[in-house]
Amino acid sequence: MVKVEVNKELVKKVAKNARLELSEAELTKFTPQLKEVILDSFNLLDEIDADEEPSFQPIKQQNKLRKDEAKPSLSQDEALANVNVMLRDRGYIKGPKSL
Amino acid sequence: MVLKETLKYFAEQARNDFSAAEENLHKIILELKASENKGLNYIETYDEQNVLLQLEQLKSREKKGRLFGVPITVKDAICVKGVESKAGSKILAGYKPQFDATAITKLKEEGAIILAKTTQDEFGFGTFSTNTAKVPKNPFDNERSCGGSSGGPAGFTAYTSRYHGALGESTGGSIACPSSFCGVTSLTPTYGLVSRYGLIDYANSMDKVGSVGRNIDDASLLLEIISGKDEKDSTNLGEEFIADEGPTQKVAIIKDFFDNCDDSVKKVVQAKIDKMKEFITVDEIELPLNIKYSLAAYYIIATSEASTNLAKLSGLRYGKQSDPEGKHFDEYFSEIRSENFTQEAKRRIILGTFARMSGFRDAYYLKAMKVRTKLINEFKLAFSKYDLLLTPTMPIVAPKFDAIEQLTPLQNYAMDLCTVPANLAGLPHASCNAGMHNGMPVGLMAIAPHLGEPRLYSFGRIMEMK
Repeated sequence: MVKVEVNKELVKKVAKNARLELSEAELTKFTPQLKEVILDSFNLLDEIDADEEPSFQPIKQQNKLRKDEAKPSLSQDEALANVNVMLRDRGYIKGPKSL
Repeated sequence: MVLKETLKYFAEQARNDFSAAEENLHKIILELKASENKGLNYIETYDEQNVLLQLEQLKSREKKGRLFGVPITVKDAICVKGVESKAGSKILAGYKPQFDATAITKLKEEGAIILAKTTQDEFGFGTFSTNTAKVPKNPFDNERSCGGSSGGPAGFTAYTSRYHGALGESTGGSIACPSSFCGVTSLTPTYGLVSRYGLIDYANSMDKVGSVGRNIDDASLLLEIISGKDEKDSTNLGEEFIADEGPTQKVAIIKDFFDNCDDSVKKVVQAKIDKMKEFITVDEIELPLNIKYSLAAYYIIATSEASTNLAKLSGLRYGKQSDPEGKHFDEYFSEIRSENFTQEAKRRIILGTFARMSGFRDAYYLKAMKVRTKLINEFKLAFSKYDLLLTPTMPIVAPKFDAIEQLTPLQNYAMDLCTVPANLAGLPHASCNAGMHNGMPVGLMAIAPHLGEPRLYSFGRIMEMK
């Protein structure tokens, strides 16, 4: 049994990990809703023993391998077609600072 | 015999006389515009110039194809080259794919006309198509939901009087649910039968592209065409569906599912099953593990996978973007995501991120995957005795929008009780209209074992005869 206290601090921490900033109103609204889902639904799985192999896919599948060969792909123009002009820079995509 | 009301019949007419294709397209365009003027909200993106160009190109086509001149509407999550495809989400606004999804390529090869993109819950997150900016309204009663998340495809299929087919996508019941609420027929295939290439992901281990039509022949024809091998999707099974007769003699009603439905739904579904008893033997079965644990396992797995898939949506490369100048990446990504996801998307991202976090991963995510094996095995045992399993598709008829607003997220998720188990197990299922209750359609769902689609086709034919 996992002991978990679902409160505003936890919700805020998880949201931050997922790069979401919640407003105070969202935090107040979501916390009891998520608590209900986790405690009343997710935690139900505690009741059941399951030693089976996990099914990461619903149908067993073998790894499908192919040769690592270069094939025609999107051109640079096509790859950049959806990039906003604000983020374009000499054929590259400009991103925010990482350091 | 080719029925007059089928797409097969229409495509044959259009191949022989192009004016049939022209007339049908012009009339369906008028209907599409009328539905928009009435605020019914089935259509997300429509580009008339592009549609008429496709019609023009058909004129000189050598290989006419099995869907020659057939207008197809496509759930927004399925990529169509050059047409805005945003899975009902603000965060992908303006995104125009540079390629077609494999299902679209196959439809175009058979002479189909891609008419429009249709509305849906954002990324498929919902049961009522209310988690998006443009909410489709049920054609039988505009104060009620079309169901979700493929609400637009099912709503427009029920609305139009012209020859037309639709593509939907299901993760936990998103094709069957709206088909039930709108009184149309749908096929959700075995996981991996139809390529997912070009589908904007919700949950990779459950997403399936499927078909919606006015009858089982139309839904089957579309599925025949979009199924098959595709090297671009590593989870593709390489199998094809052929609409042939499959065994349907021994069926069982899933008692636990049936008992959890409204009396009005039970009555309509039972009456329909009783009418079919001269063709099939009907028994009862219980699936105690699925009724109890499938929703929990499903929502853990679905939200876990969704939270990783949606991590790529960060305001770079496509969709909503802003000026990154002077911003740290954490600030930039968080701003774009917080401003553009709906509340339901945020809830699901938080739930999925939580279930995968250090300290919780084994208890939730991994446990759900193990429980899933148990649930699949319960189905396998049932299919050792029966050809098909039956359940009402939804426990209720389409609810009114004001009633939906009162539901908590957990009550909302519980509405998927009958559709989630088959989806979690990757099992193919058909939803057909069983009859009406107070003017609203009631759906009956048949579930087949993996790659048992021919059984669904046969069952649908029997249902439509009776």
